[in-house]
Amino acid sequence: MLKEGQIRIPSGCAIAAIIDRKGGLINGSEIIKSISLMHDRSNGLGGGFAAYGIYPEHKDEYAFHIFFENKEAHQKCEEFLFKHFNIDVAERIPTKKVASISNGPDIWRYFGRVNRVRMKNSRLDEGEYVVQCVTKINAAYDGAYIFSSGKNMGCFKAVGYPEDVGEFYMLDQYNAYLWTAHGRFPTNTPGWWGGAHPFNILDWSIVHNGEISSYDANRRYIEQFGYKCTMQTDTEVITYLFDHLIRHHGLPANVAADVLTAPEWDEIDRMDKEKKEYFTNLRAIYSGALVNGPFSVILGSNKGLLAINDRLKLRSLTAATKGDRAYFASEESAIRIICPDPEKVWSVSGADPVFVPLETPEKEDD
Amino acid sequence: MVNYIPRRFTVVRDRELCIDCGCCVRQCSNECHYFSDDGKTALVKSDNCVACHRCVDLCPTGALRIEKYICDYRDNANWTPQYQQEICRQAETGGVLLSGMGTPKPYPIYWDKILLNASQVTNPSIDPLREPMEIRTILGRKPEKITVEKKGKSTVEMPPQVIIETPIMFSAMSFGSISLNAQKSLAMAAKSLGTLFNTGEGGLHPDLADYTDCAIVQVASGRFGVHKDYLNNSRFVEIKIGQGAKPGIGGHLPGEKVNVEVSNARMIPEGSDAISPAPHHDIYSIEDLRQLIWSIKQATDNKKPVSVKIAAVHNVAAIASGCARAGADIIAIDGFRGGTGAAPTRIRDNVGIPIELALAAADQRLRDEGIRSRISLVAAGSFRCSADIVKAIALGADACYCASAPLIAMGCHMCQTCNTGKCNWGIATQRPELTKRLNPDIMHERVENLINAWNHEIKEIMGGMGINSIDSLRGNRLMLRGLGLSEKELEILGIKHAGE
Repeated sequence: MLKEGQIRIPSGCAIAAIIDRKGGLINGSEIIKSISLMHDRSNGLGGGFAAYGIYPEHKDEYAFHIFFENKEAHQKCEEFLFKHFNIDVAERIPTKKVASISNGPDIWRYFGRVNRVRMKNSRLDEGEYVVQCVTKINAAYDGAYIFSSGKNMGCFKAVGYPEDVGEFYMLDQYNAYLWTAHGRFPTNTPGWWGGAHPFNILDWSIVHNGEISSYDANRRYIEQFGYKCTMQTDTEVITYLFDHLIRHHGLPANVAADVLTAPEWDEIDRMDKEKKEYFTNLRAIYSGALVNGPFSVILGSNKGLLAINDRLKLRSLTAATKGDRAYFASEESAIRIICPDPEKVWSVSGADPVFVPLETPEKEDD
Repeated sequence: MVNYIPRRFTVVRDRELCIDCGCCVRQCSNECHYFSDDGKTALVKSDNCVACHRCVDLCPTGALRIEKYICDYRDNANWTPQYQQEICRQAETGGVLLSGMGTPKPYPIYWDKILLNASQVTNPSIDPLREPMEIRTILGRKPEKITVEKKGKSTVEMPPQVIIETPIMFSAMSFGSISLNAQKSLAMAAKSLGTLFNTGEGGLHPDLADYTDCAIVQVASGRFGVHKDYLNNSRFVEIKIGQGAKPGIGGHLPGEKVNVEVSNARMIPEGSDAISPAPHHDIYSIEDLRQLIWSIKQATDNKKPVSVKIAAVHNVAAIASGCARAGADIIAIDGFRGGTGAAPTRIRDNVGIPIELALAAADQRLRDEGIRSRISLVAAGSFRCSADIVKAIALGADACYCASAPLIAMGCHMCQTCNTGKCNWGIATQRPELTKRLNPDIMHERVENLINAWNHEIKEIMGGMGINSIDSLRGNRLMLRGLGLSEKELEILGIKHAGE
């Protein structure tokens, strides 16, 4: 059978997220409890988590989480990494034996900074340099797959139900100010570890529920700008769209969200002049980045959390707040099990993306 | 006179039904019907029949029928009757063979070998009667990115944009090649549909003054009718470099068609031949095109997008990219099955490539160069139904030009003799007794009905795919699958085979 990257694989799913907007830490057991309530929304072919703020002792270094399928891939990938980065730490990610998870790859993590000489010679800025290195390994090094490449954050994913994946990585040992989680229900895959969510590039991580019907329009749009959609998944293309809009075009996250879920024309036609011009320009310039079909997406970053829903509200996504915390999940019950008495609960609407900024954002390196 | 060519059709009159009313006699400009010497009996002489069906459709008793005249030649797969007859015609006249409309030859039509997708289970289809289904299309050059003061306030300076309410526009047909009534019908339909018609290289007749906000005005190699007001009385200006039916060839409107109205619109003397040279004599290379584009932008105060229309030829992708880089805001590509008022038959039937392949190649090339989203791509060259349009957009077109289909809506029966100027339906003629048969007040409605029907069908197909905005259909080649195509064809079209 063909795996992700060789064939396009759509999937249905469950998603959940928690953020503490003041940067307070939340234990991993909470997000596991939330996502595990939606057990029936996934089918055991993929689960994963993204956690922000978990590596304070390495906060200025890139944390690469890598799957190795064989020794040769491990060796070649390390060679590449040691050449392009100054690696401080190389270690196996601690895992625990879980009955339902087997046949996994060797899982390593590396902490390091960019090799500045190489970066200067490449004439790329730091973000672009890291993205290109990651893309290079994932596209050209068979058997090696970097599934997490941000700073002071990390993705943890595997083939299995999300609650088992959480136990496997012992996520109750980690504390983060922002958690996202995903349980996967792919409709056509043998189950590949790299194909599980979240999908990550730099500090961006995405969990997604749905199947976008605009996939190829979005893919062919974003590939104009040097991206290569090697995974052929919705999550990958949505991540690249956000990365492009925010990092290359310098748009605020909520404007980028407007690009992906622009309102309908009959709504725009009724707006006041300024808004009408704003949305008309957005839709004219970024028609290829409009995302269509049922989806709910939670985008995590070191700046906060963004939740968007499709324009017709074809997929469920519920939000709630209590104190400094905001909760999101495909089903309200998954919020209430960890936060029984929220102050506010609402259904995220297609036209109204929810952005929860982190009030003490981490300083970015140059 | 012996002309060595058997007639094409036989007009059959059912004497039991015929009431000798003479309708057919009055209707046929080819003089196939006439009265007997005593003026009492309607008779038939089929030699000049082109099968335009005017007499058949108008006969009040249904007494007329057109049959193919069958006169067998000895079988020969090489020397077919058509080639023999064409040789006889040339032996008679010593001239270049001329034809009207698009090529009738059985070249592959890729639209018929491409199938569309629909949603099942994992992704709901959308009911266009329940949910908004957007086909609004915006043409024109786009800036690289938006700049905002904050969410909700754009600070980017937009180049001129043209918003149309359907991805279907009417392609260029000049006043001269078609009648003013036909052009006016298209203009009226365009206005009510929220789309555009195209003046072709025939100038803008004063009767169309109310329709300038839905006019594309063409600047072609003859520069007929081009002046400052003409350029400014438009939604956008189109430089016509080539036409799919006759790439590399100019145009020739014979002097007898240049009546006083045509002469005024084209700004040429009455009765003189209107000759459009093969090249623009001020464009001998891409840098010259750039100068013309900028001249037009100067003349229009940068308020009108400029389109460049090219014929689909072998290296169309590179040419399209060159046009984009020369400043074209819109690139229109006309495939070789596209129609024409008159073209040399050999050119029409042998030069150029199909729009499907040209469009796919140009769209991909512009993407490879990272400039596809900056400009608009319009496809032309024979769209027979809404599904053809959907497939073109999924291959990568922003919008499509249609001409033959609206002409058929107005009565055209594809008799392919536009070049004779004797169109019985009042479309491709300037004879007042024929043009008055076409009433714009009625015909515009038929054209509108057609496009509205296609719009409905496009929405229905999009809904089935789970797409509610045409923006998400554009270039979405995963919605297409080839059937019975070779690896190479699939590669050029950028689509997978059915079952993959």
